[in-house]
Amino acid sequence: MAKLNVNIGKLELKNPVMTASGTFGYGLEFADLVPLDEIGGIIVKGTTLKPRQGNDYPRMAETAQGMLNCVGLQNKGVDYFCEHIYPEIKDIDTQMIVNVSGSSPEDYAECATRVNALENIRAIELNISCPNVKDGGMAFGVTCEGAASVVKAVRKAYDKTLIVKLSPNVTSITDIAKAVEAEGADSVSLINTLMGTSIDIEKRKFNLSIGTGGLSGPCVKPVALRMVYQVSKAVSIPVVGLGGISTAEDAIEFLMAGATAIEIGTANFLDPAVTKKVKDGINLWLDNHGIKDIHEIIGVL
Amino acid sequence: MKQKHLLDLTVKCVERINEKYILIKLTDNAPLPDMAPGQFVEIRVDGSKTTFLRRPISIHYVDYEKNELWLLIALVGDGTRALAKLKEGDILNVLLPLGNGFTVAPACEEETQKDYSVLLVGGGVGVAPLLYAGEVIKKNGGTPMFLLGARSKSDLLELDNFRAIGEVFITTEDGSEGEKGFVTNHSVWNTHNFCQISVCGPKPMMVAVAKLAREKSVYCEVSLENKMACGVGACLCCVEDTQKGNVCVCKDGPVFSIDKLKW
Repeated sequence: MAKLNVNIGKLELKNPVMTASGTFGYGLEFADLVPLDEIGGIIVKGTTLKPRQGNDYPRMAETAQGMLNCVGLQNKGVDYFCEHIYPEIKDIDTQMIVNVSGSSPEDYAECATRVNALENIRAIELNISCPNVKDGGMAFGVTCEGAASVVKAVRKAYDKTLIVKLSPNVTSITDIAKAVEAEGADSVSLINTLMGTSIDIEKRKFNLSIGTGGLSGPCVKPVALRMVYQVSKAVSIPVVGLGGISTAEDAIEFLMAGATAIEIGTANFLDPAVTKKVKDGINLWLDNHGIKDIHEIIGVL
Repeated sequence: MKQKHLLDLTVKCVERINEKYILIKLTDNAPLPDMAPGQFVEIRVDGSKTTFLRRPISIHYVDYEKNELWLLIALVGDGTRALAKLKEGDILNVLLPLGNGFTVAPACEEETQKDYSVLLVGGGVGVAPLLYAGEVIKKNGGTPMFLLGARSKSDLLELDNFRAIGEVFITTEDGSEGEKGFVTNHSVWNTHNFCQISVCGPKPMMVAVAKLAREKSVYCEVSLENKMACGVGACLCCVEDTQKGNVCVCKDGPVFSIDKLKW
């Protein structure tokens, strides 16, 4: 049994395997199917200051080795989360992390302030990269100035571990990463989904209600891995890698590319117990290679 | 809510009903988990390159004595065609049971069980979840009746199994069996009274039956089949716009009282 625990800022993870926001609900939905306490961290659904209905149906289209979604941050708002959901999840024996989104730096900061008051939430992931909402989301994540403005506002309001989730839909993801690091982010996670679309040729219509959506799944892995490698070389804060991870081998690639921890997203839909399998698989691989501590493989490239 | 399981079930047989439909019977060494009529399963399809996500399939029937789960499947794409190639002894990875099922007992105590008559309306492969629903209603002392609609005689499935549970009324669009027309045209609506109508089929059919049920002031519920990914209420892809806003068909449905919907 190798040592699997890693730190993201002040946040201690028992192992580097987390779940990506929007793919694992609040954890409770999967409680029958996978032991939640064996997961390093659970990043819950994107939460905003006010409730959001999200986009119209249809919100999902299957693609080759992946899927597009345009859910659009449907959630009941941060106050509902604090009052009704937090009490249900606060004693789950893993790091529960809230993904925070907004439509202005003030929105983000206010939402983060309310989450800051929750004792058992020791980190937030700031979503400046949602491709499916017009007002905010990716609008902030595609320029250095926009990204910096949100992080600056949230950093003042939030004193625990601040992870910033980056969009791959940019010219230079390393420049954005450096901009959020400069404003005091403790970590960056990448990648959010890649913008794409798909068309129903019989109906001559887009398959998604708003035309475009975010692509995820194994098909995005090579792009994600390249970006994780580049960003981990460009910043000195820990990088959380995600994008198409569905096996322990995938996860180890991301760790070697420079990620300190990883998130599993779409693969949860195919195998609700995939997180435990990846965690166990990493452990087995380390044992088989005589490696005692996971840090020995992080960023070896 | 019933406990969810991720199981490797064994294929007992795949019956080819006709060129468009198959019936898969699955079993397991351990007793199958408790499942309610109207709930569904999500199957991982391994033999199809173009099928990435699991496929949601209604529970057609559960035979607890033989420890069998039956799935009635329309062959519509690569995924379902791959399922048709399964052989006895093959393993199918199944997530089950998911969602909320049909009402199978009287809503209020005043209705004696004898008076609990339910019309189960199905169209095409939408008849699938009604067999198990009918059986449980009958077990609960109620009287299930089936109104099954299809394009043509060859699209009518498992009639003998339905007839073993309750009276069966049929409509076909071409008149090749039963009364000609849509399910809403059938004479049973004029000759019988029901205290509940449960529907599964194409959306236009469900909308038409819901309208009829409203006119007759009879409680009506429908089973939706929005495109979904996770099946457990996590991804929020399969939402239906309801009186309470967007809710997940996989978790809050697939069966909804029509009063909760906007149609």
